[in-house]
Amino acid sequence: MRVAIPSPLRSYTGSREQVSGAGATVGELLASLDRQFPGIRFRIVDEQDRIRVHIRIFVNRELARDLGRTLGAGDEVQILCALSGG
Amino acid sequence: MGTLLLVSTRKGAFFFHGDRERRRWRADGPHFFGQIVNHVVLDPRDGRTLLAAVRPGHLGPSIYRSHDLGATWHEAERPPAFRKATAGELPLAVSHTFHLTPGHSSEPGAWYAGVSPPALFRSEDGGVTWSGVDGWNDHPMRFKWCPPEDQTPDGSILHSILVDPRDPAHLYVNASGGGSFESTDRGATWAPLNEAVEANFNPDPYPEYGQDPHCMALHPARPDRLYQQNHCGIYRLDRPASHWERIGKNMPPEIGDIGFGIVLHPRDPDTAWVFPMDGTTVWPRTSIDGKPALYRTRDGGASWQRQDRGLPREQAWYTVKRQAFAADDGDPVGLYFGTTGGELWMSANEGRSFRQIASHLPHVYAVVAARV
Repeated sequence: MRVAIPSPLRSYTGSREQVSGAGATVGELLASLDRQFPGIRFRIVDEQDRIRVHIRIFVNRELARDLGRTLGAGDEVQILCALSGG
Repeated sequence: MGTLLLVSTRKGAFFFHGDRERRRWRADGPHFFGQIVNHVVLDPRDGRTLLAAVRPGHLGPSIYRSHDLGATWHEAERPPAFRKATAGELPLAVSHTFHLTPGHSSEPGAWYAGVSPPALFRSEDGGVTWSGVDGWNDHPMRFKWCPPEDQTPDGSILHSILVDPRDPAHLYVNASGGGSFESTDRGATWAPLNEAVEANFNPDPYPEYGQDPHCMALHPARPDRLYQQNHCGIYRLDRPASHWERIGKNMPPEIGDIGFGIVLHPRDPDTAWVFPMDGTTVWPRTSIDGKPALYRTRDGGASWQRQDRGLPREQAWYTVKRQAFAADDGDPVGLYFGTTGGELWMSANEGRSFRQIASHLPHVYAVVAARV
């Protein structure tokens, strides 16, 4: 499936905005991304498998609240950074 | 031989390469532009390896290493991270690495990292992979020493990790809102070391633990001599004694002895510098009366002298954080500090006069001076 990568994470993907990954859940998808782009998962998910506070993962434009969200082969996944501060 | 200043800021790291006389400085950076850099440290064992503690504001934290003084960087393959919590355990996540310390000279490749929430990690391979020091991270008293609800600004931290140059197994660590602790077995066991250190925010002002050390330094030429700038004053301890002496009582009363950093003369164990901050009323934590000054002792804290020549005379409300005040090992010693307003200052003559190296930098978190 296609995964949209936000600019802060593109240092891992060779500047690619879209990459491909596989998995039956968001957790499996992130594991697949980490195999392709080592280190990217820890930037998105902490060591307790919680999606980091300023990261949002959308599946078909719906917010995924945890790594257990199931995925289908044709799903579109967007990883976004929820920037804050001023 | 020149001096390299490693300046860590809220928006990246900036390096300043000084000439032999420390007159001219060449700026290099930003490295990790836009990311929060808490500490960049040169490995004195090889003189060329840098480790950097980095976190973007919205991604997880990591550690990078460079073997060419910052020309290229490589991310840790396994950054500091807690193990997955089991049922009933508090699920901890590393917010950021705050402090990096090279290991003992006999242990090339060994590094320590102090993180927030307060925990200790060690690398055996030059910062490529990191593992928790279980003796601290799993200590049965850990959450009594450092309550997880502690709300230190920017998060409670483990900092000032000190390795005895005579013994790699002898360590000190300091936790904001926790106190100072000692291990004599490479971190397997720990004991508080806070006797006579005030904690005026506690019902018992002299508890066994719970103090707030801001910065501790060990003198390299006399490793039994420790100094600390604490939330509640300036202290000195000569081991094996365990009773700290509040040498800040000898500071001018109108200045007080509140501050963040403390810097030692590299060769004279009786000489140290502090940068007093306003600790009155609501704790403004700025230079007192808007008139920045260092205070120096040359007698182990029995007396202190003001040093402010060249610094602004008024309306300069500097805050200098605990890792943003440093000395080199030159003769005379060079002193350096960075402010939260992005100014970088130095003295090439042990504080007799000061001049500005840079301005308009981001909020400075750390300054490290190294000879390269």
